[in-house]
Amino acid sequence: MADFFFNTTLGMILLIIGQILLVVVPLLVALAFLMYADRKIWASVQLRRGPNVVGIYGLLQSFADFGKYIVKEIVVPAGADRPVFFLAPMVSLVMALVAWAVIPFNDGWVLSDINVAILFVFAVSSLEVYGVIMGGWASNSKYPFLGSLRSAAQMISYEVSIGLIIIGVIISTGSMNFSGIVDAQKSDYGLLSWYWLPHFPMLILFFISALAETNRPPFDLPEAESELVAGYQVEYSSTPFLLFMIGELVAVVLMCALISLMFFGGWLSPIPGLPDGIFWMIAKMGLVFFLFSLVKAITPRYRYDQLMRLGWKVFLPFSLFWVVFVAFAAKFEWFWGIYARYTVGG
Amino acid sequence: MSVFAFYLFAVSVIAGGLFTVISRNPVHSVLWLILSFLSAAGLFVLLGAEFVAMLLIIVYVGAVAVLFLFVVMMLDIDFAELKAEMARYMPLALLIGVVILMQFVMAFGAWDANDAAEGLRQQVTDASVTNTAALGLILYDEYFLLFQLSGLILLVAMIGAIVLTLRHRGDVKRQDVVAQMMRDPAKAMELRDVKPGQGL
Repeated sequence: MADFFFNTTLGMILLIIGQILLVVVPLLVALAFLMYADRKIWASVQLRRGPNVVGIYGLLQSFADFGKYIVKEIVVPAGADRPVFFLAPMVSLVMALVAWAVIPFNDGWVLSDINVAILFVFAVSSLEVYGVIMGGWASNSKYPFLGSLRSAAQMISYEVSIGLIIIGVIISTGSMNFSGIVDAQKSDYGLLSWYWLPHFPMLILFFISALAETNRPPFDLPEAESELVAGYQVEYSSTPFLLFMIGELVAVVLMCALISLMFFGGWLSPIPGLPDGIFWMIAKMGLVFFLFSLVKAITPRYRYDQLMRLGWKVFLPFSLFWVVFVAFAAKFEWFWGIYARYTVGG
Repeated sequence: MSVFAFYLFAVSVIAGGLFTVISRNPVHSVLWLILSFLSAAGLFVLLGAEFVAMLLIIVYVGAVAVLFLFVVMMLDIDFAELKAEMARYMPLALLIGVVILMQFVMAFGAWDANDAAEGLRQQVTDASVTNTAALGLILYDEYFLLFQLSGLILLVAMIGAIVLTLRHRGDVKRQDVVAQMMRDPAKAMELRDVKPGQGL
């Protein structure tokens, strides 16, 4: 049996498909409950009840929504560019899922352990913008088009600062592999040795940039309902709309995973002595997701010029300065060498 | 397996390039171009140059092609008309194309590869060095000065582009960010008790 899976081409393909399903299926099931959690947190902050009808405490609300979306009729606008119109939501979902191939959940629990993992995630997340642009353009309608133009400018602007923040972490680690990054944060001091402490300003910048990159409030200008109805999603209904929504939420959860891995030590235990494991990773992702939903509830939407100013005139110079600072601190081992944690090479 | 992947990527590079040229809609052209870039990145991965592949995706697909798409979507040019104009020069273009093809055939047809060349092509650097580190050593150690100089040239080009396009217009309303941030919330708002039927 093992021979079949490891030595024949068909067996290898089946094994890979099995591994992919092992990541994607729990992720999508978790997503249903994360969406519910998102709405519940949002509701609690505003002293509402939130979804509470379907299932006990409304726990099955997301599944009911799912059923509702897929049985509805797909409406295609008359002037729409049909191939691109249907390609856009698929691109949005697939790009969001592909990045999970390199995210480790525990020591060695990763689909593809490549050297340039962090660049891969960055590259794939830069492709997510295509779903939005294509959707907005193919709808052949004014509001979606404006929404997609906004989104293109916004995502490119904040990718720049995300890239520079990632470079800071790479300099500290000397590796672009996520397992390497997590191993570099391992020491006898538990949570004090994680990167959130030396890279603290970048943690805040990364969190805000992640909000902008995933079009979450307060930076949800591509779909600002007071100005653009629903932005690039206006003309979408039924399953294509569902794909957009899932893709967006998967991207948010991916950002949670990235923050946990890069700044909070991934699967490492915060208290020395307790065992490391996947439950720490999940707990950290949950905590970051809680912050994401909280921000959605408590912040008012930015103006577009404020958003652009923040990205180019505040975040970019600051993160650029930080890269130079980390480079010096790592090279000359300032601050007891907390910026130089080379696990491989050096 | 990797042969299959190679032919998949190779075919989609060529198909992407072909459809970039022949599709009627300029936005479709850019989308085919993106497919071509992605497949080229796949070919780089197969060659073992994963760092270059990722850079190709990040820089060309993630930034440059987005800007292409951005511009092409907003332009209102009748590309069919432009292409009709092009048909007049088709014979000349075909002639040039055939000449270049013949030159390539004559040049590459006469090539004799050394047996050792195949081995050299396989592994440029030591297998223990990742290609990110290898590229870094070449760029920042060996050719440090040239690398910095090329960066300087790009900076000059950027400043030139900004100088050429920047103009200050007086008739545009601008946001004064400092004034907005310095506003006192207490003064910005006022509560008034309005009597029914009276107004302010």
